Amino acid sequence: MSAALLQAKNVEAFYGQTCVLKGISFEVAEAGITTILGANGAGKTTTLRAISGLVRTAGEISFAGQRIDGLATEKIAALGIAHVPDGRGTLVNLTVQENLRVGAYLQRDTQQIELDFERIYGYFPRLRERKQQQAGTLSGGEQQMLAIARALMQRPRLLMLDEPSFGLAPLIIREIFRIMRLINEKEGVSILLIEQNVALALDLANHAYLLETGSTLMSGTAKSLREDEQVRRSYLGF
Amino acid sequence: MYNLMQQIVSGIAMGGIYACLGLALVMIYQSTNHINFAQGEMAMFSTYIAFMCLKLGLPYWAAALITLGFGFVGGFLIERLILRPLKDAPEMSVIVVFIGLLVGINSLAGWFFGHQLESFPSPFPNRAPFDTTLISGHELGCIVVVLLVMSVLFAFLRFTRLGLAMRASAENPISSRLAGIPVSMMLSLGWGLSALIGSVAGLMVAPVVFLDPNMMGGVLIYAFAGALLGGIDSPWGAVAGGLIVGLVENLAGAYLVGTELKLSVALVVIVSVLLIRPSGLFGRKLVARV
Repeated sequence: MSAALLQAKNVEAFYGQTCVLKGISFEVAEAGITTILGANGAGKTTTLRAISGLVRTAGEISFAGQRIDGLATEKIAALGIAHVPDGRGTLVNLTVQENLRVGAYLQRDTQQIELDFERIYGYFPRLRERKQQQAGTLSGGEQQMLAIARALMQRPRLLMLDEPSFGLAPLIIREIFRIMRLINEKEGVSILLIEQNVALALDLANHAYLLETGSTLMSGTAKSLREDEQVRRSYLGF
Repeated sequence: MYNLMQQIVSGIAMGGIYACLGLALVMIYQSTNHINFAQGEMAMFSTYIAFMCLKLGLPYWAAALITLGFGFVGGFLIERLILRPLKDAPEMSVIVVFIGLLVGINSLAGWFFGHQLESFPSPFPNRAPFDTTLISGHELGCIVVVLLVMSVLFAFLRFTRLGLAMRASAENPISSRLAGIPVSMMLSLGWGLSALIGSVAGLMVAPVVFLDPNMMGGVLIYAFAGALLGGIDSPWGAVAGGLIVGLVENLAGAYLVGTELKLSVALVVIVSVLLIRPSGLFGRKLVARV
């Protein structure tokens, strides 16, 4: 197996004094899709926050061979990690287009930025129709698309998504997952996906980790987890 | 009738100054949710820098430029050195620090520059063009300067990459950091910019009220009333509110309550806005779907 793009070793994370992640290890392969599953409170969101440097951590996180734990969030983003946060993080007072420009903040090449706009409106035609609209007035599904689009404007090597299916209609979820697969296949962007919808996530991912109250319970290929008796009974419901 | 017109025009000129300072208040409020009570004193101190430069014999525009630079750096440093360490402090601590800044800067100015009233020159000719007596040269100059400052500021915020980054940082610091924007730098820049705009207000008001360490006390209250009337989170609102307050203050001073009670007009405005329409005239009642 080739060297992993993202590697976490014994990562702990703290909110104040409370230890939320109790030493988890995982990796994301170059151009792979990895998913982290688990119930509420298992530490999924915290895992992404730990990678982005939004919480205090201990342990070792490296990205493309470089240690990133302890770096400032904006420095981590500049290395090529785009984080679509829980709640979508929409800049509600800005227009759709301005939201995307925020995503392109680190890009200097204006011509390239224009091409990126086209590329992204290609994935999300709905955003093109609404580019002058105040982002706070978009529907939940559109805001999720906007969040992913904003992240893509960063031209990331690793795209991290925190429950992109949250609160959305099945039809829109299917569309968003289709686009994520497309991004991974066409552009070779690695994806780290957090999901509560276990069936959906295991369908998309090729590798999976199962968290329970801050520890890794199980890991393996998506296929092996899907066939695991315990996962089936507790998370898939059949 | 002519008198009334004169009062209206000079009300607009003063209103422009309030709008400037109000804009400075709003800029900081938008990114920190705090009202910077020391905004007026910061502007006053900068104006003293201009005064010293003029005393040293520098031409007015050079002195003004140095003053704006001083304002910017001063605001930047106050954020970095005094407010940054209070990032996670409770609301009350921040308010107390603002009051401390107000009193501290005021006393420093008194210590360095003395408490006597100093006359401060206007860069504009005494008489307005076309020999009109409707408006004085300084009033006209004030209006032009304020319009210019605002256009430049709005263009900067709307059309530049840095301006967008500052707006984004004020609105959603986490999303902005995740997009690679150095939010804490943007906050310091915002403070610098807002102090710079305050300095403009200081330079424009000093020829009218005379320069002394307490010069901005009343102006800050009017500016605050204006910002509140317009909606404390709306830059356009601060401008409109400042103009309205300037107008009302001047007319009420001339025809209703007399100059001694003028300041109470601002207080009436503040209390009525808070009672009747807390979000102000143009404050955003934001539509947000979840």
